[in-house]
Amino acid sequence: MPVVLENLGKRFGEGAPVLDDVNATIGRGEFVALLGASGCGKSTLLNIMAGLELPTSGALEVPSDGAAFMFQDSALFPWLTARENVELALKLRGVGKAERRVKAAELLELVHLAEAADRRPHELSGGMRQRVALARSLAQDRQLLLMDEPFAALDAITRDLLHDELERIWKETGRTIVFVTHNVREAVRLGQRVLLLSSRPGRVVQEWEVTEEHRTDAGLAGQLTGVITARLREEIRRHAK
Amino acid sequence: MPSNSSPVAESPETTGPPLVEPAETTVSTSSTNGSTKVHAALTRSSTGSADLRELESGLDSLQSDAVRKVRVDWSRILLPIAAVVVLIIIWQFYVSLGLKRRDQVPGPMDVLEQFGALWAEGSLQEAVWTSLQRGLLGFLISVAIATPVGLLLAQVAPLRRAFGPLISGLQVLPSVAWVPAAIIWFGLTDATVYFVVFMGAIPSIINGLISGVDQIPPQYRSVGTVLGASRLQMAVQIILPAALPGYLSGLKQGWAFSWRSLMAAEIIAVGGTIGFGLGSMLNQGRDLADMTIVMSAILLILAVGILIELLVFAPIEKRLLQRRGLLAGSTR
Repeated sequence: MPVVLENLGKRFGEGAPVLDDVNATIGRGEFVALLGASGCGKSTLLNIMAGLELPTSGALEVPSDGAAFMFQDSALFPWLTARENVELALKLRGVGKAERRVKAAELLELVHLAEAADRRPHELSGGMRQRVALARSLAQDRQLLLMDEPFAALDAITRDLLHDELERIWKETGRTIVFVTHNVREAVRLGQRVLLLSSRPGRVVQEWEVTEEHRTDAGLAGQLTGVITARLREEIRRHAK
Repeated sequence: MPSNSSPVAESPETTGPPLVEPAETTVSTSSTNGSTKVHAALTRSSTGSADLRELESGLDSLQSDAVRKVRVDWSRILLPIAAVVVLIIIWQFYVSLGLKRRDQVPGPMDVLEQFGALWAEGSLQEAVWTSLQRGLLGFLISVAIATPVGLLLAQVAPLRRAFGPLISGLQVLPSVAWVPAAIIWFGLTDATVYFVVFMGAIPSIINGLISGVDQIPPQYRSVGTVLGASRLQMAVQIILPAALPGYLSGLKQGWAFSWRSLMAAEIIAVGGTIGFGLGSMLNQGRDLADMTIVMSAILLILAVGILIELLVFAPIEKRLLQRRGLLAGSTR
């Protein structure tokens, strides 16, 4: 099991806990969507899995070589071209110069950006930037890929296409993906499993399986989306005063 | 599992070309019989890898800017020249009113004549060369000292807290204040001049670098950490390039401070083994009560400053900012 979370808790200083008693197990090669309203600590949970933050209680098991991470905005370095951004990830991993070049070209080809390799981030559209960021996180060559609302800032057309793209790449590379989102339809579209996180404190309250039928039958997918949305709203209503 | 398994029709959300499935790619699933359905972004929206690639490439070309052609903008060159010409005309006009004695306020032609005389005797070239050489050498050494110190201060919090206020203070202290001390320590030698230049340039370069580092979006560091950068790699591969715009302003200011400090030092410290620089020329003009020499020296000091800015810093800065997409809409 690449990721096991046991009674994981996190609080900042003396404040109320952000995460409390989070339990989850994510299998190798699985695509898990982590769903929750704003302020439920989804990003904190992801940061803990990435090793950017430490939990205050509980135990956590992640692959020893760490995880690749994709941020909400692409976080590409503006002084490097698309290719150089991908190459930097390889360089920091210790890949030799000649191999870096070949590998970066392959990865950019994988996200259909071979032609844009020499352009700088500001010359790319939001969707292209996120694809470069995806190529960069794949360059890290980690089994586990953590994604923090990577498509939230994109327009609907681009987002739909990137969903297809991400699904394709997931199947081609066999990565384990944990995908954080506040968009129920996105969670149903992408995840094999959807975990719903409650808010304040964050805790896994329910989970749903998404089958291959849901991928092809919009009616079925719509039904599931409705069910999850209802549960999510129930969770939000709990906080009404 | 193949990715081209779903026939799909145009969704209400999709305003792109209609995604009606081509007949030959029909893949049967339990609920389709060649009929099209609405996917509402809940199911796959493209019909396989080739289709996806085509859609993406179409969207990419729609969404990213076409490359603009760069051409020489003459107003950039002609407007500053026009401004100088206007100022000279005003100067000439004022002089021709005859309000002041000519030896106190010489006209543009008088100064030009003095220029010619100084050029002919070679002291103009000597002064410019001596000062420029010192200014540049002093500046380069300052950069070499200030860069590692600045990076260290920016990255190590206790050091920053301890020395930060002192360095900011040094920047406020006019470097002329160091001239008497330097003369006592080093006598009338080049060491005095360089010391004053360092005290002027180093703090401002350090400050520029520190503020450049402070302005780095925190996410860059997170990316560095996630990508597995070591402390040194983080500093050299991520922090330094990210801080480059701030660092460059620090360098510009550092150069300005070197040049000013140098002039101050040359005016005050004259004689000994200190050569003949522009500051010395200015001082000589005062001793001889010759306003044309004074004006010539002032104009030369200004001209060197402008030339260094135009020929060295402006192109570097423009390129740096342009590459990061930061110049669009500015009045440069």
